[in-house]
Amino acid sequence: MANGTNNTMSMSSVLPWIIAAIALVILPFVFTGGGSITIMNQIGITIVLAMSYNMLLGQGGMLSFGHAVYMGLGGFVAVHVMNIVEYQEIWLPLPFLPLVGGLVGLGFATIIGSFSTRKAGTVFAMISLGIGELIAACCIIITVFFGGEEGISGDRTMAPPTFGIEFISQKEVYFLIAFWVLVSTFLMYLFTQTPVGKMANAVRDNPERAEFVGYSMRWVRFVSFCAAGFFAGVAGGLFAINFEILTELNLNLNASFTVLLATYIGGVGFFLGPIVGAILFTLLQTVIGLKTDLWALYTGVVFILTVMFLPAGITGFFAMHLVPWHLGRFGMLLKPYAKIFLPALMFVIGAVGLTELVNHSRHHGDEVLMSLFWVEFNTKSAVPYIVLVLLTAVGFWFSRLFAREVKEAWGDATFVEGQGR
Amino acid sequence: MDLIIINIIDGLIYGLLLFMLSSGLTLIFSMMGVLNLSHAAFYMLGAYFAYQISLVIGFWVGLIVAPVLVTILGALVERYGLRRVHQYGHVPELIFTFGLFFVIEESVQYIWGRNMVPYNSPESLNFIAINLAGGSIPAYKVFMLLVSVAIFVALYYVLARTRIGMIIQAALSYPKTVEALGHNVPLVFMGVFGVGTGLAGLAGVIAGPSLTTFPGMAFLLGSIVFVCVVVGGLGSLTGAFLASLLIGWLQTFAASYNIGAADILIAMGYEYPKDVYYHPWRDLWTLTLPQIGPILPYLLLILVLVFRPYGLFGRRDS
Repeated sequence: MANGTNNTMSMSSVLPWIIAAIALVILPFVFTGGGSITIMNQIGITIVLAMSYNMLLGQGGMLSFGHAVYMGLGGFVAVHVMNIVEYQEIWLPLPFLPLVGGLVGLGFATIIGSFSTRKAGTVFAMISLGIGELIAACCIIITVFFGGEEGISGDRTMAPPTFGIEFISQKEVYFLIAFWVLVSTFLMYLFTQTPVGKMANAVRDNPERAEFVGYSMRWVRFVSFCAAGFFAGVAGGLFAINFEILTELNLNLNASFTVLLATYIGGVGFFLGPIVGAILFTLLQTVIGLKTDLWALYTGVVFILTVMFLPAGITGFFAMHLVPWHLGRFGMLLKPYAKIFLPALMFVIGAVGLTELVNHSRHHGDEVLMSLFWVEFNTKSAVPYIVLVLLTAVGFWFSRLFAREVKEAWGDATFVEGQGR
Repeated sequence: MDLIIINIIDGLIYGLLLFMLSSGLTLIFSMMGVLNLSHAAFYMLGAYFAYQISLVIGFWVGLIVAPVLVTILGALVERYGLRRVHQYGHVPELIFTFGLFFVIEESVQYIWGRNMVPYNSPESLNFIAINLAGGSIPAYKVFMLLVSVAIFVALYYVLARTRIGMIIQAALSYPKTVEALGHNVPLVFMGVFGVGTGLAGLAGVIAGPSLTTFPGMAFLLGSIVFVCVVVGGLGSLTGAFLASLLIGWLQTFAASYNIGAADILIAMGYEYPKDVYYHPWRDLWTLTLPQIGPILPYLLLILVLVFRPYGLFGRRDS
């Protein structure tokens, strides 16, 4: 009996990993379009980085403004190692390079974590900011290691072939990255199951009680920090393999902010959150970034709305719906959701359209024709302005009206007898 | 000697400017326990608002109106943004102010463009006030100095000598008790946040013409201001003041004395390498003080936090 339970337990815990592995193998054959492999590679790297960041922010409650430093340092060393390998001074097949990056990340995290994890909260955030600024500034000064503004570049194809693969095509690199994404995700999952991983949550939520239980807050934070540094370094190694170049841009504060944005939008506190965030953010960056030069503004607005209204991120939004689902009242939500969808869409299209239109008429004023949401129109006439303002206003008014219904329906759907609403 | 005097005055002006930002930041922190990461964004908004007003009406109107606009905006942010996020805890609050910084920076680029805008000091202040052999100090800088000192005195007077100041100080340490006494503490919070950001706005108005008004100005000054607040000790106004001055002088002096590492190494008895650009230690040999000037505050920050995590004047428990 006990044996049987054990078997099903292990089956249900192994199954997601098998599905993920199969999905990773199939993906490049599903999305065969021009840049899709490049984008998937980028997503893979961002996933590892965002998940390592979540070890700090989501699981340990440590807000870092300098996480890209560990990825960048790991990546820089990885490129240097790549160059040493090229001249046959050491024998190292390419798939092991992320491990080098990871060890470098771990090393720096051990040094910096030894003093920065003494306190959580604001002090930790400020130290991470200071370190981030310091290392980014060193990038320009220490040109021997960081290569100044041009950065350091290498050639991955010069490494000894692994089973005859020389990693010349993007697809071969994809499988290398996919392998490391799976391995690191699995290891990071195992970390959450260790006593230290569990205590990290306790230290985040109630440091005093964690201390009373007999764990040192500082030690728990330090271990989480080192582990996060290791996986950030792995991401750096993958970055070095994929792009074959690292510059100051990969470890400055902006790079760190990007990680924070991606992780938070995806959802901190959920294991899958950073994965969702990394996929969504990279797609936003690459797909929308091609369409408009205002993508950073949109990202910022989405980010701040997430912080204000969905503090658990997009994953949290979906996880929230498990409650009415289990109560069997999910159907009650469908009607109000369907009702609010159209006005909300109208509002978003109107607001984005207005922003784009104003931007267009100010910076590309000489081009009369403009295409927006697959519709082409004349920017000199007043018609598009009127249409967009109407869309925004009507959408906003009805959204507000229906939002009340959604709120009421939500209250009913999650209402449990004997508990207050 | 003249150069030293010029540098002392320049550093003082820069330090007092930093204090205008760090004082607001400190007040907000000690009141709400939140380090307002978007503080420098309000500084930038002050400069841009004043620029827009100076185009239409004039500099002096902008000097008064722009900080008021920033104050109102700051109060609105506290009322409708921060107060909502407060329920989720401290880290989300920090993240909110960080996101706000991002949005304001992008919005400024959207409205005023990515390049610097020609926000200039008024004609009436375009003369040289102090002339020394080593350099000169324009009248506008003297004006900046006077405004900063006036703000400093006013802030001290309000906090230490008036009834409102007493309520604020009480609300800092015992918000519950102050509320029980019948004061509207949320309103005090909103007011302090508004005035704090307004001070940052005023700093932007007067710094805009001298430090150039461009979308990167918030980022450039922002992290230095955090350094001041943290080094001085979070929540300590005295600490913020001294740290601001210290960092002002540190940066000014580092920027104007061209001491190279090579001079020191030669004085220590090392020989200057022939082909310095291919030497393994070339970065050390070509290092100069102005080069490392910008990172000195961060070194100071890390050193202080390592040896005194609560800052120079901070309380141990904060």
